Amino acid sequence: MTATAPTAPAPPARTAARTGAGPLAAGRHWTEHGLVFTAPFLLLYALFLVWPVLLGLKMSLGDDNIAGTDSEFTGLDNYAEALRDPEMWSSLWNTVWFTLLSTAPLVVTGLVLALLAHHLRVVQWLWRLSWFAPFLLPSGVVGLLWLWMIYPSDFGLADLLLNSLGLDPGIGWLTDTRYAMLSIAATTVWWTVGFNFLLYLAALQAIPRHLYEAAELDGAGAWRRLLHITVPMLSRTTGVVVVLQLLASLKIFDQVYIMTGGGPDESTRPVLQYVYDAGFTGYRIGYASAVSYVFFALIVIVSLIHLRMTRRSREEAAK
Amino acid sequence: MSATAKAVNPAAPSAGPAGEAGRRPRWTPGRVALLAAALVLAALWVLPLAWAVATSLKPENETTRTSLEWIGSQITFDAYEKVWASGDLARWMLNSAYISVVTTALTVATCAMAAYGFSRTAFRGRRTLYGLVLAGIMVPPQVLIAPLFAEMVSLGLVDTYWGVILPQVAVPAMVFILVKFFEGVPRELEEAAHVDGAGRWRVFWTVVLPLSRPVLSAVAIFTFIQTWNNFLWPFLVTTDPNAMTLPVGLVNVQSTYGARYAQVMASLVIAGLPLLLVFAFFQRQIVRGVAHTGLAGQ
Repeated sequence: MTATAPTAPAPPARTAARTGAGPLAAGRHWTEHGLVFTAPFLLLYALFLVWPVLLGLKMSLGDDNIAGTDSEFTGLDNYAEALRDPEMWSSLWNTVWFTLLSTAPLVVTGLVLALLAHHLRVVQWLWRLSWFAPFLLPSGVVGLLWLWMIYPSDFGLADLLLNSLGLDPGIGWLTDTRYAMLSIAATTVWWTVGFNFLLYLAALQAIPRHLYEAAELDGAGAWRRLLHITVPMLSRTTGVVVVLQLLASLKIFDQVYIMTGGGPDESTRPVLQYVYDAGFTGYRIGYASAVSYVFFALIVIVSLIHLRMTRRSREEAAK
Repeated sequence: MSATAKAVNPAAPSAGPAGEAGRRPRWTPGRVALLAAALVLAALWVLPLAWAVATSLKPENETTRTSLEWIGSQITFDAYEKVWASGDLARWMLNSAYISVVTTALTVATCAMAAYGFSRTAFRGRRTLYGLVLAGIMVPPQVLIAPLFAEMVSLGLVDTYWGVILPQVAVPAMVFILVKFFEGVPRELEEAAHVDGAGRWRVFWTVVLPLSRPVLSAVAIFTFIQTWNNFLWPFLVTTDPNAMTLPVGLVNVQSTYGARYAQVMASLVIAGLPLLLVFAFFQRQIVRGVAHTGLAGQ
């Protein structure tokens, strides 16, 4: 386990300072307690995170099937195949496309809802209940609910509502390649915007009142206070919310699997479903591992940006 | 609390809204317009849920009418009775409850102990190990499904509760959150207890844990919601309907309801209700827990 440590990124540097003085830290006879305290976690961590990371790497270098019988070492063949595989690229693109489609509406809507709730200051429970409650529903419930709401063109709620407004769009929300991903993105906004809403609401409540009072005395209107105080004061939160949202959107699987199964014509199949299709229904678990690692590379890039941002904001906070 | 801990927790209590509660602005036209906009948006968000409930209460043969009707010729609980009588929902709900409670308890216990070990004890390799744990924050469980499943096959844990639970327990982000919190607990308190003769375990149990109740409950709430709603891993590791969790069973059984729309909606209402009820009672704690844990971790 320790063998992998040198390759790990180096965030622990800032933990050095805290060992410091004090009888507890120095008490030599308590040294062994440290390992006792950390052992249960480290054991589970080694078994179900570190080991699968290594096993996946090994599997990606062989032709493993799901039964795990006689696999042969095939070197980088799986990776070479993945990079030449148009299905891998189209599923990876679907994941990125969903991420691009969903991130901006999720962040902006979250901010707008938080601003409304914060400024109204009445019936807070109502705003929290209506905008955050969907976040507490399992993806199975959300996926099936929206499937049955938008898929049946004759009795689904979406078309019934549009009909009652005198519109008859006749759109296959989930069966038309032009609209399927948009429908899934809309479902996701409804489902998870409450999370961003809460993060923004907490950040809004932390902005010192006196800034607004001073601006008000200077005669700044509501709009200018929003643009020149609220938005700049929220910039750090926005950075974090955007990155968390990117990471969450990249992991898209549940809604697609439940609502379209990846269709129509594989136009919504995300990369995680391709891993599932290759490994769990196609039994090529070695190849599935290789595709997972290509996907992992994408996640790591976004995570590293996140890490840099949090470090920078921490430095700013320390000033 | 240190400056860094505040940076990840903008919901710091000092700046809470309590102080301003008394000063409620007047109802200017602008504010009325804001209220109207908020009410429209709230209605938009409630609409799908209301539709699910409304449909589930209709007689089955009226659910596919092609005109917009919220209430059928009569309100009936037929669909609920039929869905519940099939027995599967109750079984999956118990599975989900058991798995979520055990996962949450194990996560809080192991992560709190590990965080204490990393932040307050000295041992060889501590910094290297903590670095390794932090690096794990970058590894989403979703990229490990293939090797993890192979591992479960060789451990014989497919279709078992432990097969669902164990991979969800060691969450590095939770250790990180707790380490940040423990660093802010004044050492003097622990040292005083130590001088009074308390050993390290006593200090941990009687001084540190009681002081950490808010952060522990935040971690517990967040973990419980995640586990209760988790789909991908339980979906992969269970094929036996008796071992499935609620979300997985629900999706799996979809086809057997066929076009019985009222029954589908009734099963969704039953499945969604537990967490919504919990939320109705513990709104404040849940909101705080999610905002606090969500920003730092994930």
